[in-house]
Amino acid sequence: MRRVLLVLLVAGGIPASLFAEVDFLGYWHSPMQEDGPERGGGPLSGEYVGIPLNDSARLRADSWNASLLTVPERQCIPHPADYGPSFSNLQMWKETDPASQAVIAWHTHISWMAPERTIWMDGRAHPPDYAPHTWQGFSTGKWEKNILTVTTTHLKAGWIRRNGVPRSDRATVTEHFIRDGDVLTWVTIVYDPENLTEPMIRSRDFTLDPYGVMGAYPCESVEEVVRAEGVVPHYLPGTNPFLTEYATKYGLPQEAARGGSETMYPEYRTKLKALMSSSVPK
Amino acid sequence: MKHTRTSNVIAYALALAAIFPAATGVGLAQQGQANRAGQPQNPVAGEVHVFPVRGNVYVVTGAGGNITLQTGKGGILLVDSGLAAMSDKVVAAIRTVSKEPIRFIVNTHVHADHTGGNENIAKLGSTITDVNAFSDIAGPSEVPGAKIIAHEAVLDRMTAGGNGQPSAPSGAWPATTYITKRKDLFINNEAVVLFHAPAAHTDGDSIVFFRRSDVISSGDLFTPDTYPFIDLPRGGNIQGILAALNHIIELAVPDEREEGGTYIIPGHGRVCDEADVVEYQTMLTIIRDRIQDLVKKGMTLEQVKAAKPTFDYDAHYGSTSGFWTTEMFIEAVYRNLTKK
Repeated sequence: MRRVLLVLLVAGGIPASLFAEVDFLGYWHSPMQEDGPERGGGPLSGEYVGIPLNDSARLRADSWNASLLTVPERQCIPHPADYGPSFSNLQMWKETDPASQAVIAWHTHISWMAPERTIWMDGRAHPPDYAPHTWQGFSTGKWEKNILTVTTTHLKAGWIRRNGVPRSDRATVTEHFIRDGDVLTWVTIVYDPENLTEPMIRSRDFTLDPYGVMGAYPCESVEEVVRAEGVVPHYLPGTNPFLTEYATKYGLPQEAARGGSETMYPEYRTKLKALMSSSVPK
Repeated sequence: MKHTRTSNVIAYALALAAIFPAATGVGLAQQGQANRAGQPQNPVAGEVHVFPVRGNVYVVTGAGGNITLQTGKGGILLVDSGLAAMSDKVVAAIRTVSKEPIRFIVNTHVHADHTGGNENIAKLGSTITDVNAFSDIAGPSEVPGAKIIAHEAVLDRMTAGGNGQPSAPSGAWPATTYITKRKDLFINNEAVVLFHAPAAHTDGDSIVFFRRSDVISSGDLFTPDTYPFIDLPRGGNIQGILAALNHIIELAVPDEREEGGTYIIPGHGRVCDEADVVEYQTMLTIIRDRIQDLVKKGMTLEQVKAAKPTFDYDAHYGSTSGFWTTEMFIEAVYRNLTKK
């Protein structure tokens, strides 16, 4: 009984937040074990399955031409905060107040294109509307038990998937950093009123690597294609010849490849089987 | 933050309404209602705020179009002057960051949400000039009134009125104009370069480049939350707007990791950088190309509208009501592309 009382007394004198804070310090290896085709060589044009995109986002994606990435102003753009976790290894470190040792911010660094983020932990407000938007946005974090939950605003217009599915600069992102031993699970939830009918949820796992070293990733844009000034590679509506590649490659009905919120859920497998039995030759 | 774009669009619509109040029936009195959901730290419609951009360059918001402010020992240079009705608030906001005299007002174009405050604000300023000519007026080398600078076409439009609008008061006219591709100024240890963008938003647009601060004022050539207003009666043309956007992209250089670098202060909306302009230029080029393709196929204006060439961008940039609707934008582009 004395021991229980002692524990209660000690616990009562310590802020609850101290029990909750988990250390993410270190180098985290991305095993890339999920969604391999998307995260490796990249998704095919027209591959929207599992994305709750709306009709206008689908048209934007249908118009997307991979040559857009050769435009000099686009060559060195890093993946935005909400897509960065899909790639590369991760370094995390924290910034503390020297006097109180309170955590002021967590920082992340992704190896590809070297984007860095700051997740403010000191309770500061998000900036006003007139503040610039950035690729990594403005992030604030709070502890929910032992999960670090992050809210990000002020993102530049980016992408839900790197085959042209757009994500607008009005989107907000909620993330959960969950550590279980040497495994970090990074959950990203994108809310985009312009392009999504439901939140887009992804999770990526990382493993702690005590020997990991983050390499530099400088980028310099070059003229890869000689073009007249102002040319923007894109497909006019109805002219993209690559939109059926994905469905053809994997033997899927084209309807499934077009995505939409329905294709996110397990129940869709029943419909997919029915579609496949009626559309795929035996 | 969900109201962000709505606020900007409403502010733009209200500013445009001030140009053509009879056309919209929207007045300044409604601005407070438009932004009542705003967060405390955000600008409230009807209120004027100053935000630092870089160094001695600031943006003044809430007075109609965005106003760029550069200050130093050489005095204050403003790019645009907002709506006439907002002048007192603009001056009060300016005085929160600088007590220097207002020396220059550069107008990016003729519209009243960018030039309406010319007369009110200019008369509070002064100009350093020739000693012999004016020494008996205000001092050894200083005469009352800030110098107003713009492309010649702005003066032409202000003096002529037209399009159902009266001519602007003479005190609002730019007494210093240029007719060349560019005009160079130097103030507060900084080169300030004006580039004419012919036949774009109007026929008298200027891009203003603060070279040392690395800040560009685009005027309404770039409005990140709305389709560009193509003022056909005043010589507007989508091809000119695209040329101007390409020029801004050419001038701008991003910082490390493609963040920041050259800042662009748009005519309306938040402070941006090169990537934001690239996003806008991409959208506008794709829409131009689509409508051009439909025109080549021989479609009429009604057929082009029915084809919805802006469908995938409307959620961000479009409007079904107000002064500048998506349909009006499509029609303006169509008129530009079919003009013989």
